[in-house]
Amino acid sequence: MAESPKFLLDRVSYTYEDGVQALCDISLCIYPREITAVFGPAGGGKSTLLRLLNRLNDLIPGRRLEGRVLLDGEDIYAPGVDVHALRRRVGMVFATPVPLPMSIRQNLTYGPELAGVRDRARLDELVERSLRAAALWDEVKDRLDEPATALSGGQQQRLCLARTLALEPEVILLDEPTSGLDPISTAKVEASLQALKQRYTIVIVPHSVQQAARVADHAVFMLQGGLVEEGPGGQLFTKPRDQRTEDYITGRFG
Amino acid sequence: MMSRQVYQRIGFAFLTLSTAVVVLPILLLVGYIVVQGAPAISWEFVTAMPRDGMRAGGLWPAIVGTLLLTLGTAVFAVPVGVAVAIYLAEYARDTLFTRLIRLAIINLAGVPSVVYGLFGLGLFVIFLRFGTSILAGSLTLAIMTLPVIISTAEEALRAVPQPFRIVNFSLGGTRWQAVRRVVLPQALPGILTGVILGLERAAGETAPILFTVAAFFLPRLPRSIFDQTMALPYHLFVISTQVPGMPVRIQYGTALVLLVFVLSMNVLAAITRSRFRRHRQW
Repeated sequence: MAESPKFLLDRVSYTYEDGVQALCDISLCIYPREITAVFGPAGGGKSTLLRLLNRLNDLIPGRRLEGRVLLDGEDIYAPGVDVHALRRRVGMVFATPVPLPMSIRQNLTYGPELAGVRDRARLDELVERSLRAAALWDEVKDRLDEPATALSGGQQQRLCLARTLALEPEVILLDEPTSGLDPISTAKVEASLQALKQRYTIVIVPHSVQQAARVADHAVFMLQGGLVEEGPGGQLFTKPRDQRTEDYITGRFG
Repeated sequence: MMSRQVYQRIGFAFLTLSTAVVVLPILLLVGYIVVQGAPAISWEFVTAMPRDGMRAGGLWPAIVGTLLLTLGTAVFAVPVGVAVAIYLAEYARDTLFTRLIRLAIINLAGVPSVVYGLFGLGLFVIFLRFGTSILAGSLTLAIMTLPVIISTAEEALRAVPQPFRIVNFSLGGTRWQAVRRVVLPQALPGILTGVILGLERAAGETAPILFTVAAFFLPRLPRSIFDQTMALPYHLFVISTQVPGMPVRIQYGTALVLLVFVLSMNVLAAITRSRFRRHRQW
């Protein structure tokens, strides 16, 4: 692994307003061109970790962050960082697909237009390319101007993935992106991710250990806000070093 | 077993009766005014100047006056009211300051309309030297209407699901971009409903315009916003109590015109609402 990490978390602790410590002394490298899967039982701080990476946690008042989060070597929490530009570099897909109340096309052009892209041809190109990358183009190419809510749940989630891709981000964060989907839609999303990792840094909170094992190039096991074990996916799921990791992936708890 | 069904019957009967009690006065009132006022209605009654000490002729200047006052109220109350609602719903944190603002708005809604009239007289007519004018009357009505517009608009904005805003942020949008591109368009029909209901109240009020704009008898149309004007509610008050020998037909005809004016705004609000439900995508 000669490449330098995309994200570097340096002794990160995170406390919510009510005093609950969601993350405790996490140090972690996230490398480009691979899928990093952050998994573990509920309440382990996975989503918090994800939302730290695009500063979506800024919306919650009273939080306290210690340590540093570096993107390409620069502290994203440093004063003067343009948080909106950061979120365009670090896109996010949520557990529940939330299409904006507008057409399929407008959903996709929403982000680029906010960033100031006005050129029709350029927007059309972004629409087609991101839909193709999310394996949705063939299903919707003839009805781009219909309401996005008319799509099925699986299509909506791929639309949300495409919407994130239309930002042309460097990193894609996915928070249990297939938790509400049927197996076929899940397989489509996972296949898209495999293709996308050639060009992006992908961090996913999978919705099951099985999914983590399927998609992870690098796996991170978290428990109660702490990082228990990390390693290459193949190794962590077959020969875990920590007893707690083994207990969790073999289904003894969780 | 039997007794439960009996209780249910009695319960339903009571609920039905209560509903009827609510509907009945409205039907009676509207019916009575229609029956009494319909004979007065004619093209001349709506479009002519009043003549003969208002005992003959038409309502034209009062209709135009009420239209102008409603429009003037909208011009002042809608931008300010919607702006306040956006601030409260989208930007304001829950602090002592915003709680005081909310308290003020709630209390403003409870102030009797004649007090607004007196306030308008003091502030706009006398202190700001607008005189008794359409400007002063519109501003007074606008202040009275603001709480209605603010509360309904804030409610409409809050009804737009939170995840839309979070998606906007995750796509690099600012708070204002979320408001302008997602929240406001979704809340617009709800806001419009509130605006119409507020204006409807303004159109029918007498007390706030009593000291600030309304003319007793002015058989010409206003030429500027610094003119006085006749207005339907005040005209109705005048011809019902101040003019001896007034034909009852004209009184109820005027009431009917005012009622149609206000009820048609109500219908407009209902149509807006139902369109909203049909087009809503969440």
